[in-house]
Amino acid sequence: MSIDLAIIWAVIIGFGVIMYVIMDGFDLGLGILYPFAPDEESRDVMMNSVAPVWDGNETWLVLGGAGLLGAFPLVYSVFLPALYIGVFLMLAGLIFRGISFEFRFKSHKNRRWWNRAFFLGSAIAAFAQGAVVGAYIQGFTVEDFRYAGGALDWLTPFTVLTGVGLMAGYALLGATWLIMKSEGHVQQWAYTITPKLLIAVLAVFAIVSIWTPLVSPEVYSRWLDQFRLIWVFPVLALLCSGMVYRSVKRQNEGLPFVMALGIFLFTYLGLIASKWPVIVPPNYTIWDASSAPESQLFLLIGFLFVIPIVLAYTAWTYWIFRGKVKVGEGYHH
Amino acid sequence: MELDPLFLSRLQFAFVVSFHAIFPVFTIGLASYIAVLHGLFYKTANQAWDRLAQFWTRVFAVVFGMGVVSGIVMSFQFGTNWSNFSYATSNFLGPVLSYEVVTAFFLEAAFLGVLLFGRHKVPQGVHLFAAIMVAIGTFISSFWILSANSWMQTPAGYELIDRRFHITSWLEAIFNPSFWYRFAHMGMASFLTGGFVVAGVSAWYLLRNRDVEANKKALSMCLWLLLFLTPAQAVIGDFHGLNTLEHQPTKVAAMEGNWETGSNVPLLLFALPDQENQTNRFEIGIPSMASIILTHSAEGVIPGISEVAPDEQPPVALVFWSFRVMVGIGFLMIGVAVAGLLMRRKGHAFKNPLFLKTLVVMIVTPFLAVLSGWIVTEAGRAPWLVYGVMTHAQGLTPSLTGGMALFTLIGYIAVYSVVFVVGVYYLTRVVRNGMLDDSNEIDGEVERPKRPLSAAHTPIDDDLVENATGANAS
Repeated sequence: MSIDLAIIWAVIIGFGVIMYVIMDGFDLGLGILYPFAPDEESRDVMMNSVAPVWDGNETWLVLGGAGLLGAFPLVYSVFLPALYIGVFLMLAGLIFRGISFEFRFKSHKNRRWWNRAFFLGSAIAAFAQGAVVGAYIQGFTVEDFRYAGGALDWLTPFTVLTGVGLMAGYALLGATWLIMKSEGHVQQWAYTITPKLLIAVLAVFAIVSIWTPLVSPEVYSRWLDQFRLIWVFPVLALLCSGMVYRSVKRQNEGLPFVMALGIFLFTYLGLIASKWPVIVPPNYTIWDASSAPESQLFLLIGFLFVIPIVLAYTAWTYWIFRGKVKVGEGYHH
Repeated sequence: MELDPLFLSRLQFAFVVSFHAIFPVFTIGLASYIAVLHGLFYKTANQAWDRLAQFWTRVFAVVFGMGVVSGIVMSFQFGTNWSNFSYATSNFLGPVLSYEVVTAFFLEAAFLGVLLFGRHKVPQGVHLFAAIMVAIGTFISSFWILSANSWMQTPAGYELIDRRFHITSWLEAIFNPSFWYRFAHMGMASFLTGGFVVAGVSAWYLLRNRDVEANKKALSMCLWLLLFLTPAQAVIGDFHGLNTLEHQPTKVAAMEGNWETGSNVPLLLFALPDQENQTNRFEIGIPSMASIILTHSAEGVIPGISEVAPDEQPPVALVFWSFRVMVGIGFLMIGVAVAGLLMRRKGHAFKNPLFLKTLVVMIVTPFLAVLSGWIVTEAGRAPWLVYGVMTHAQGLTPSLTGGMALFTLIGYIAVYSVVFVVGVYYLTRVVRNGMLDDSNEIDGEVERPKRPLSAAHTPIDDDLVENATGANAS
């Protein structure tokens, strides 16, 4: 019974993480691209294109944080102390970003300041999340189920690289989202920056792929000794990259975004496959990290109730706000 | 100077949770008020109720939004600074805190949107229903949070296996011995907060002759409400105190400033507790009164602080004085509510500038009372994090250094200062902008329930036209 629950929870948390990464990813990406936009008009379009959805995206972050404490408390009580400074930076970034998002709409005279806060908040949050991924690959110093490392163990050349990599990745998602949601000169701008971002992402992807087996011996053995099927994920991710490039050249509108999502999805699956079933690297599996079965079960009832509602609500929102955002207007209903 | 991560973490948690708490304590009361306004409009079709409901819904949206923003941080605090505690208590606190999140999301997705944006899109009855559901939802949210806190005060329904709490009875754990008292006391505090804020803002409008008819209605209603609720809160607080005496006698001893166990304990009005010498340096009190209040007999024995060793005692002066601030404000509130009743004759309550100005100032008092009440109950259980089982020191993150804690403490103060200043500044603009819905939508604004701030359209940096449009109120 307890084994089944741990796997169910691993699937739920894994699903929540990728939902968050994908959905908050493109709007964080737009924030990162913000200062580079050709004019204030395009910035309006960028912000309007995510206004109806970004708030719901962060739902997954809070749900994930709460779910971890309930289902895999070891993850919660090791990751948060280990990433102490990074978590703070991420939260501060997200808060500034949220506030500037709200008040930019209500502001006429001081928009430039809210623009800056929006960019900085997005960039810091994205970098911190990328560094978290890097720290996860590196693993944590854990003794007796407690984090025993230092304050800045999470900040190494490797995690700086993953941090920058995720910023580039989010920017790529943002640019392709903008291709889908805009038209005219805004869309043309998005078309021109997408290949550049793609190259940046692939460069980081390549370095991380070579470097990862070196920082993590477990990953090394899994990729090179045991489990050859795992290679399907990077191959698929590369295929998606090629498709992003091709669809941008052909000026497709929806395909670049879908393929960019594909890059994220297959990279993520590859990462999980390198670690599974370890959830607190290098030593603890999902079963070591689980809370008591009765607690997992109690919480599962609530999540099974709320996740379909959140999904339905999300789908409905995206459906209502489908279509292009035009220069000089938001969505009006 | 050696930086103490324990002290800094406690300071940080106190700061973050206090900052967060002021928003929900207001929105919980306000949500019920808005539901009542919708109900009155539904029944009487009087436009004044509708105008009030619309105005206060806009205020609700902004405050709710600030509560959400500051709440995100809360869900990570337990792990960053109190990881040993999180790990040990996760079997209970994990699900309970998650259920609060689940409740909040369900509420936002299903009903908040209808309440904030659905006035012209759904039938009036459906709109009223959404308002009621939002009000109930805020209570369910606070139910889970207070259950978690009460369990830490009076842990129940668990067994310790291998340093971790395992739940043996969910019912006993959730409805632990202090839960209902805390829930009632806090629920009432929310109503009082809503009541005093609405009364104060109405008084502010009346002082400026704006929207007189609607604000008179609102103020009158609030004054009746406060007349009954302020004394009721005193009674609930008394029961809560008796419950605390049973389960956490040291906390009550600190509240009373009573060092030695004995009978005929005086009720101290003023004292300077001296923790080092385990006595009060100076005190003025009413003889035997504390014994009478707590045991209903002058000979009643009250436990003293010295029953426990000095290193297991709470910071007495802090608890003692916070308690007096809370109770003092409580009596002040009763006084203002009674004055409101007496001044109703000839409508003085709605005209007398001194009374109206007093009401405006009273807006801050419920927040002060709530925060000092929380200081009493939280500092009063020190050094225990889970009462009698786990101390603050045992719950702290072992890898945390003083420097790390100081860094984030300063960081959170900086972040929250910006949020607070911008938020409160914007709120005052919403109020100054008036009760009429300006409704000239800012370009590109999309109204979403998960972005409650999008329900308020007041610009943040344009010049406001403070239109005294009281004449066309109805």
